Amino acid sequence: MKRIYVNEKWCLGCHLCEYECAFAATGLSDMAKALKGKKIYPKITVEDGGSVHFAVNCRHCTDAICVKSCISGALSKGEDGVVRIDKNKCVGCLTCVLVCPFGAVMPAPDGHAAMKCQLCTDNACGTPNCVAHCPNNAIVYEERP
Amino acid sequence: MKTQIFRYVIVGNSTAAAAAIEGIRETDGEGSIAVVGEEKHFVYGRPLISYYLLGATDAERMRYRPADFYEKMKVNAMLGVRAEKTDPAKKMVRLSDGKVLGYEKLLVATGSRPFDPPVKGIESVKERFHFMTMDDALALEKALSPEKRVLIIGAGLIGLKCLEGIAARVKSVAVVDMAGRILPSILDEYGAAIVQRTLEEKGAEFYLSDSVAELESDAAHLQSGKTVPFDILVVAVGVRPNTELVKDAGGETGRGIAVDERSRTSLPDVYAAGDCTECFDVTSGQRKILALLPNAYLQGHCAGVNMAGGEEVFDNAAPFNSIGFFGTHVLTAGSYSGERYVEKGDNAYKVLFTADGVLKGFILVNLPERAGIYTSLVRGRTPLAEVDFSLLERAPELMAFSAGARREKLAREV
Repeated sequence: MKRIYVNEKWCLGCHLCEYECAFAATGLSDMAKALKGKKIYPKITVEDGGSVHFAVNCRHCTDAICVKSCISGALSKGEDGVVRIDKNKCVGCLTCVLVCPFGAVMPAPDGHAAMKCQLCTDNACGTPNCVAHCPNNAIVYEERP
Repeated sequence: MKTQIFRYVIVGNSTAAAAAIEGIRETDGEGSIAVVGEEKHFVYGRPLISYYLLGATDAERMRYRPADFYEKMKVNAMLGVRAEKTDPAKKMVRLSDGKVLGYEKLLVATGSRPFDPPVKGIESVKERFHFMTMDDALALEKALSPEKRVLIIGAGLIGLKCLEGIAARVKSVAVVDMAGRILPSILDEYGAAIVQRTLEEKGAEFYLSDSVAELESDAAHLQSGKTVPFDILVVAVGVRPNTELVKDAGGETGRGIAVDERSRTSLPDVYAAGDCTECFDVTSGQRKILALLPNAYLQGHCAGVNMAGGEEVFDNAAPFNSIGFFGTHVLTAGSYSGERYVEKGDNAYKVLFTADGVLKGFILVNLPERAGIYTSLVRGRTPLAEVDFSLLERAPELMAFSAGARREKLAREV
């Protein structure tokens, strides 16, 4: 399946992917209107350390420990390989946050559920908005072995 | 009565059973499967019963798998029936309704049952409940009302999740525990105090380092001499693994059913998984009962794959637990031994335990973000020499790994 992969050496640390992620979730057409002055809750995280920068989001693991650990059955891996969370079933216990080796599942801002990257299959973008707007191809969406 | 024969018989119908079904079907799409469940309910997430009482979920959303799960997995679900006895020589299981099931491979996933403390007068308490199953929660719910006072015996995970579930639906909740702090199995004193404050702000009262000496139908007399009046009693002092199906057939058991890294018991073609078992905890080097849902899934899945002739090894079992109370989140893993790195805040707490060059365990109160990076170090027994631990002390980050390790994680399929 196509997944998001990181080209660490090309990441500028601009954090635009975090904004594009949060923007994609709003469903609005104007980023300034959607996000200006608001705290954002992206499902992608840019780590910065000196000259090293890279973005981390859900790896959609083949053998996803979050799915196996979920106490409510809210997390599942679809036939398309995408690991999804059903917010309606999630009770916000954060077991998935406790087990994700990438730190890529996070508490949702409402405090009652977890959230994660679903490759923009859960919004109008259809394909990952972070990748579409990365200025330097530091994240790509493709098939890799 | 005629014996019905299945390729796979699974006794129990909770997480380990569902996981085994999924493990079997990854390897064997057709072999017949029977599931024998004592509860009448469709498989549900057991830890959700407190969220049910809290109003955060309902019976439909509590389903652990989609409604067509048994059908899609071609499972013959026999619910409301108890497995009484196994005969490993004849490869048969006798059920409470008189039926006999023959098997090629058997999984015992029978869980555990709560026990009552030997307290004088406990039988005289009519409104007395355990808190393990959906039926327990439904029975307790019927008894709840805004003028009722509840006493919970046991300040462990089960007792306190029950407290969270019912606090807003009753007049008062008191908790008594022999231990000097709440959640003694996962928290030290500082961490426990933060959670206790959260619960006290919701009106809970605690009687710690104390125990019930005698019960009347509506009052508990404590060792300390105090008397706590109540209308409803919840007993959450502990559970015992249901080992009988293996033990009585001559299989090896300790406190739980002994299993190896392929979820096999000492009996031929008999596997076991979940809360009824004890397994090797890599963080302490000891055999332990790890009565935690993720562990049940991992063991159950491993059992299923191996029962179906596949190859799966589960050899990194460790305790890990995420639990919340009114928005206060406690994430813990591993063993609390070795050197400590500690950060204390008013409402947050972090302890990292290191020994033998690895992260042995951690306690995180109200610091859930990216905790899984720590958990993976604990479960993987990653040598700390391979990471920048001073970065990890500050926060869980992949930056602490080498560029090569990061490429493995982020630039290829995992």
